[in-house]
Amino acid sequence: MPKLLIEKNVPGSNAFALPPCDLNMSPLEDSIPSQFLRQDAPRIPELSEVEAVRHYTELSHRAYGVDDGLYPLGSCTMKYNPKINEWAARLPGFAHVHPYQPARTVQGCLQLMSETEKMLCEIAGMDRFTLQPAAGAHGEMTGAMIIKAYHTHHQDHKRTKMLIPDSAHGTNPATTNVVGYKVVELKSNADGLIDLDDLRAKMDDEVAGLMLTNPNTLGLFEKDIDEIAKIVHGGGGLLYYDGANLNAIMGVARPGDMGFDIVHVNLHKTFSTPHGGGGPGSGPVGVKAFLADYLPMPLIKKEGEEYSLDYDRPLSIGRVRSFYGNFGVIVKAYAYILALGSEGIRDACEQAVLNANYLRIKLRDDYHIPFDRLCKHEFVATSRKQMEESHISTLDIAKRLMDYGYHPPTVYFPLIVKEALMVEPTETESRERLDDFIAAMQNIAQESRKTPDIVLSAPHSTVIKRIDEVQAARNPIVRW
Amino acid sequence: MKIQEGLYYSVEHEWLRVEDDKAYVGITDFAQQHLGDIVFVELPELDEAVEAGGQIGVIESVKAVSSMFSPVSGTIIEVNEELENAPELLNEDPYGQHIAVIKMNNTADLDGLLNETQYSELCEKEEQGGE
Amino acid sequence: MKLSIVNFAKKRSREGNNMRYTPNSATVVRKMLQDIGLGSMAELYADIPDALKLSRPLQLGDGLTEMSLRGHLKTMAARNISVEDMPCFLGAGAYDHYIPAVLEQMLQRSEFYTAYTPYQPEISQGILQSIFEYQSLICELTGMEVANASMYDGASALAEAGIIACSVTRKLRVIVSETIHPEYLQTMKTYAKSGHMEIVTAPAKDGVTDAEALLPLIDGQIAALVVQQPNFFGNLEEIGRLEQAVHAQKGMLIMAVDPISLGILKSPAEWGVDIVAGEGQSLGNPLSFGGPYLGFMAVSEKNMRKMPGRIVGQSLDSDGKRSFVLTLQAREQHIRREKANSNICSNEALNALTASIYLTVIGPQGLRKIALRSHQLALYARDNLLKRGFKIKYDQPFFREFIVSCPDPAAINEKLLQHGIIGGYELQDGLMLAFTEKRTQSEIDRLIAVLGGELHA
Repeated sequence: MPKLLIEKNVPGSNAFALPPCDLNMSPLEDSIPSQFLRQDAPRIPELSEVEAVRHYTELSHRAYGVDDGLYPLGSCTMKYNPKINEWAARLPGFAHVHPYQPARTVQGCLQLMSETEKMLCEIAGMDRFTLQPAAGAHGEMTGAMIIKAYHTHHQDHKRTKMLIPDSAHGTNPATTNVVGYKVVELKSNADGLIDLDDLRAKMDDEVAGLMLTNPNTLGLFEKDIDEIAKIVHGGGGLLYYDGANLNAIMGVARPGDMGFDIVHVNLHKTFSTPHGGGGPGSGPVGVKAFLADYLPMPLIKKEGEEYSLDYDRPLSIGRVRSFYGNFGVIVKAYAYILALGSEGIRDACEQAVLNANYLRIKLRDDYHIPFDRLCKHEFVATSRKQMEESHISTLDIAKRLMDYGYHPPTVYFPLIVKEALMVEPTETESRERLDDFIAAMQNIAQESRKTPDIVLSAPHSTVIKRIDEVQAARNPIVRW
Repeated sequence: MKIQEGLYYSVEHEWLRVEDDKAYVGITDFAQQHLGDIVFVELPELDEAVEAGGQIGVIESVKAVSSMFSPVSGTIIEVNEELENAPELLNEDPYGQHIAVIKMNNTADLDGLLNETQYSELCEKEEQGGE
Repeated sequence: MKLSIVNFAKKRSREGNNMRYTPNSATVVRKMLQDIGLGSMAELYADIPDALKLSRPLQLGDGLTEMSLRGHLKTMAARNISVEDMPCFLGAGAYDHYIPAVLEQMLQRSEFYTAYTPYQPEISQGILQSIFEYQSLICELTGMEVANASMYDGASALAEAGIIACSVTRKLRVIVSETIHPEYLQTMKTYAKSGHMEIVTAPAKDGVTDAEALLPLIDGQIAALVVQQPNFFGNLEEIGRLEQAVHAQKGMLIMAVDPISLGILKSPAEWGVDIVAGEGQSLGNPLSFGGPYLGFMAVSEKNMRKMPGRIVGQSLDSDGKRSFVLTLQAREQHIRREKANSNICSNEALNALTASIYLTVIGPQGLRKIALRSHQLALYARDNLLKRGFKIKYDQPFFREFIVSCPDPAAINEKLLQHGIIGGYELQDGLMLAFTEKRTQSEIDRLIAVLGGELHA
């Protein structure tokens, strides 16, 4: 069982040293009164460099990334992370630049951000983008604040509600609450799409806007988006696009052309930047021209050939973070879009949709697929058949998949489908990989029928078995 | 799924037992089943004034969180402190473990609550709707 | 835009201008389409009304092969001056500390950086353990009992800390000292537009919080007081009186801290702080033109369930093995949804891992040495500036950063640049200089010489 750093503490083993310096070292208390000084040193473990390297090497062996295999997590777009982008972000001219350096010393950084903004505008059909938000949820918050600023500026103080589909990702209603709006849930109809009648009934002059993903979290395209936009705009509200599923339509259709006023995109999903074990991401927010004044500041300005930071934005919502954005992540997305070009972006989208439909059709015989029709880049299956046969749940199937060497798909989301299993292969998977995955899923379906116990008690081949999550939550131990 | 006799029920799956002007409130068997293993209970504050339908606590399980609402108006005069260290008691004995005791200030609030039969029907409907 | 199979095959030829990470050849794609009963790629979009489809290709250019991309990016990066080209005296929330070589190697292990959030613990024990260790290290540095798995940056972490205080105390007013980083204050004000928090500022005097002006503001309405230590100007704040006043009114004390400073400065826990927020960029994360950085947050145990963000906990698996798992998820957006106080989902996991590896590599003595060296170089600079007749703006104890008074800081920075030095942070009437262990006496001598006009342009 791997030890914690603190359990590898060997006093005297760390040899980190600074270059010599012959400053006249007066006691610290001469410049800093003792009331400000620490009495006890922080208990940081002491390891030699070789043991430190071994520690993290060992940890890496107990992790699984896209580079290890298929990661069909619905709603996450776990596509391949190109290595040239990793190289780019580490160039000293990008990685070792202080954000407060004078503009003339960072023209390359500002140019990169400016060009990224333009490319995102083109892909999303928007007029301006801010690159400031550090994640998708951060972008949602920014977007919702822009909506609020817009209504406030127009003296429309009645608008206290935000419409959110019942199939929405948890960040949507959370964002709504965080920004000070009340969530009004919209029902999905039997086809898995927004119930237009419910929308008409709930759209009134107290609604600030509607937050929507298209395609939605079931992987289904909201074909009535035109009508939806009319209803929301007709009621004086704004239409927000959650760009988590942009991989399904980029190059083929654009949220800006569907009536969306404001969007966020996830660079760590659609634009191939790595997930890093949970972050960092980046969630740029794009708007139509009439909302540009409210964007966070600064924006990037170009005058002639010169780039600068534009702080002259009196109606801006302000800042949502320090500095300008997750620049190191933006570099990777910039390189990705530049490399793919128009054709590559469209190709990625098409292959993603093809791969998802391929899986859907090949799995439909063994797994219940509630909306078994043309999907976009992801689809939802359930464990209903397995549940009826042998009380096997989505969780059990997910755990058994690990024995086959796969990271499971997203489980128990969206909430409107019981025992959901959301599958998104992305475009960077080959047919061979997909066929292997299909075979594994078929095997599990077979096991569920013939030898259910092996599924119920899975996983068997991972470094640990199922964890007592109840104890972890009842009696949390969150530090050594 | 158990429904206990002699109690009032709310549409939010709370039960209520009356003793004089005091109301003992807790969550039903349906509620604890749907929450799963309960890991934490955020109890209301003593002396807190509550409205019928107002939130008085939060119950967390590993995979869910649920607000607890007061079925009646009044003041919190007692909370079940055992739940702080043993939240699982709510799973084990939902009707035997009250969460709080409210001194009611408007017994007419009880008229808005359900009896066993009505609550049983509500549960059936919700079970079906869930699929 | 309808694509026929012929056009399609032409598109997917080997010779092209652009990069393609999609592995299936045209032949394979054709077969896959056949396999699922579709005649063309266009049919995959039959569910999108034609009127909504693009009638033209996106205007993004033709794309680039890897070789061309490399050249393009190199040229663009070369348009920038980096801290590898010149010594840098800029601080103000982002610091040019030395990044040990081990970090660059370990962080390129793809199991770390191409992994997703560890929601499936059985195949993510490495990631989960590294986060557990990171949380523990943040607790060690700050003296607090619980830390989360990271937030976006110091500014947003501080804003969320304010929101927590309002939720816990059920009050709205958060007093923020004007000596905190101005961008942190701006961020808090933006977050306050939600109505969940009300920001009132307390003035500065002589480069620190004006306690006389602040104390009367601390009343029963206060949810929290926010201070920064060392503050934005590098000065050290007297916390004792403020802490007593805030706690007497049942408010919370929130402190933004610098992690390197915690190698020698009193920990926030010792000051009686309730919520610690801070910027972890200094812990091995490159300057990277402002991001991605590392927000960290730590609280006392009684507030653990109020903290946003992911938390990794320790437990046992069914074989009794020690294991790690994301816990207390009922706080988070995917469960709380509209009841959540925070919507944070993706965080800065890789930057947190960076911080852990950094602390491990430099070790406990290393952290202390780096803090001491940074400070001693600052003292050396200050003493020599004073000798040359310069004025240091504030007469306060400081840590590693201070302001030299001057009428035209922009002009001075320009002059410094011409001499191959990245200067300091420009304030209205002064230049704020920061010192890290990467600076040397000779660099400082040169800086002062240029400032003093002894080196000719």
